[in-house]
Amino acid sequence: MNGLPGFLRLLEGPQTVGRGPAFWIVFAIVFAMACAYPLFSDGYTVGNTVYFFVWVFIALSLCLIWGYGGSLSFGQTAFFGIAGYSYGILTLNFGSAYGFTLVALVLAIAIAALFALLLGYFMFFGRIAGVFLGIVTLAVTLMLERFMAQTAGPEWRIGVARLNGFNGMSAMPPLTIPWPGGDIVLFADIGLYYAVLGLLLLVYLGLRILMNSAFGNVIVAIRENPERAEMLGYDVRKYQLITFVIGAALAGISGVLYTVWGQYITPSSMGMTAAALPLIWVAVGGRSDLTSTLIGTLVVLAAFQALTIYGSQYALVFMGVLLVLTVLIAPNGLVLGVMNLISRLATRRSKGDV
Amino acid sequence: MDIATHIFSALYQFGDAFAFLVLSACGLAVIFGMMGVINLAHGEFIMCGAYVTASTAHVGLPLPLAIMAGAIVAALVGALVELVVIRHLYDRPLDTIVATWGLSLIATQGTLILVGSSMAGVGTPFGSFQVGEYSYSIYRLVLFASALGVLGGLYMLFNWTRFGVLARATIQVPHMAAALGVDTRLIYSLTFACGAGLAGLAGGLYAPTMTLVPTMGATFIMEAFVTVVIGGADVFLGTAPAGAVLAVVKSVMTSWQGQLFGQIGLLVAVIIVVRVLPKGISGFLLRERT
Repeated sequence: MNGLPGFLRLLEGPQTVGRGPAFWIVFAIVFAMACAYPLFSDGYTVGNTVYFFVWVFIALSLCLIWGYGGSLSFGQTAFFGIAGYSYGILTLNFGSAYGFTLVALVLAIAIAALFALLLGYFMFFGRIAGVFLGIVTLAVTLMLERFMAQTAGPEWRIGVARLNGFNGMSAMPPLTIPWPGGDIVLFADIGLYYAVLGLLLLVYLGLRILMNSAFGNVIVAIRENPERAEMLGYDVRKYQLITFVIGAALAGISGVLYTVWGQYITPSSMGMTAAALPLIWVAVGGRSDLTSTLIGTLVVLAAFQALTIYGSQYALVFMGVLLVLTVLIAPNGLVLGVMNLISRLATRRSKGDV
Repeated sequence: MDIATHIFSALYQFGDAFAFLVLSACGLAVIFGMMGVINLAHGEFIMCGAYVTASTAHVGLPLPLAIMAGAIVAALVGALVELVVIRHLYDRPLDTIVATWGLSLIATQGTLILVGSSMAGVGTPFGSFQVGEYSYSIYRLVLFASALGVLGGLYMLFNWTRFGVLARATIQVPHMAAALGVDTRLIYSLTFACGAGLAGLAGGLYAPTMTLVPTMGATFIMEAFVTVVIGGADVFLGTAPAGAVLAVVKSVMTSWQGQLFGQIGLLVAVIIVVRVLPKGISGFLLRERT
């Protein structure tokens, strides 16, 4: 692929699983199927699939921070919630005319990223690492949940938007694209599906490029050995902070899309359980690779939803067991393990041919 | 309202906050300080202690014995958890966090399924006394005394007993301790069980003062973590002073702006302290001493 511009060559590299024509053919087929899927399905099922896609962004953010960067953050749901609430407050105050919902989307993500910048500055420049990072981010998340849960009174309002305490905010407008001859409103079915699918494709490919670039290699070097990376002249703190902020923005995308999808957001979306779920998807999928995180998230989410239908109480217990077993038996993740197996078999066969 | 009642009120609130922080944190601090393991299921051990205390008290056991039963059951569960899960993850600290979080999910949801969404509580014993215009619960003073007692007990355990010596040896240089014939695995097991038992004790002590729900662990866990993060790895030089400092922050903020701002004050305090003292208070004190 020498004819491609430089950054497209970075789509494959040492930091991401999957290379060569075979991978990209499969990728194209899967993407084409995803594009064609709404034609064969009804609005409700498509809306449900959007719900799955919405969560992939937060999973990818955790994959970036935890899998590639090596810092375990429980704060992703906090950024998720901040962005979701920001979107709600902005759109309830300013409405959806003139494409403002898209501005609100960007602003909400920026607010989450800004919060991450502030928090991350204190953490990374205070050289908090390892388990402490997890605890501080967890404490922040729980704090935010408690704060939002007590905003039930009428005095808690920003503009016309009431925060509504434990019940959360609702009835924010869906994403609207201004279009000559009538705005396009993306309700939680086919319209939103294509928008989210497109965004997902962009984010996935963008992250692949980022991780295989010089920046991504430094991030992985820091995960493997922070002291060594520092001795080689990289400011570890800066790289970690940037990763953290990018991750927060990704989690923010999830938050906004979730709010758009269901037109509500509640404090419990920042609670302990909510914070645990992305961790399970990423750990089970395989945290050190984007593709396996993506697949793992979709598979585990689908399994979780199926379980919830048959025995809602036991679904969470099952998720907990799954997480513990994954950590004990397949620390690198189940999907990643399977993918590595496939690629090993593939290389062995191609060697046999030669 | 004269000045003395004000002072008493402030002291009482400080003592209350101190007891809560120290009792909820010491189990976590023992496990973290001795083993470097962060036990995210800490809140669920507290919940376990509280549930056992309440159910044995309902059967008719006197409250002090019921609290002991809660602590013992939590310690046994802790030993089991160490054997099945934690033992295999000592060289992977981040994975321990993840695994214990999985355990916490299982425990919370499992309790919800088995016991139901809430459990009949135990009445707060001892009644109250009057100072000035306000009345104060005597049980809160008992809790403060218990917190001091637990700190004292831990000090004696780790400094005066054979187990304490072996445990400290194991922490300092594990392979050297093993070479000298210490069964380090057993020490780790016992330490973890000890931490879990302390969590159970905290749960038992607070069982009469709060509603028993499966998610009650979450009310402790933030305070516990904040105290351990600020305190650092040492229980005595870390947890106790951190508890004292944070108790001042919490009680001042709480009496000024309410419960929630007390917690926000804690959070802000922790973020500032970690920026200034990355190794916590005990790291700072130990560096000064050497």
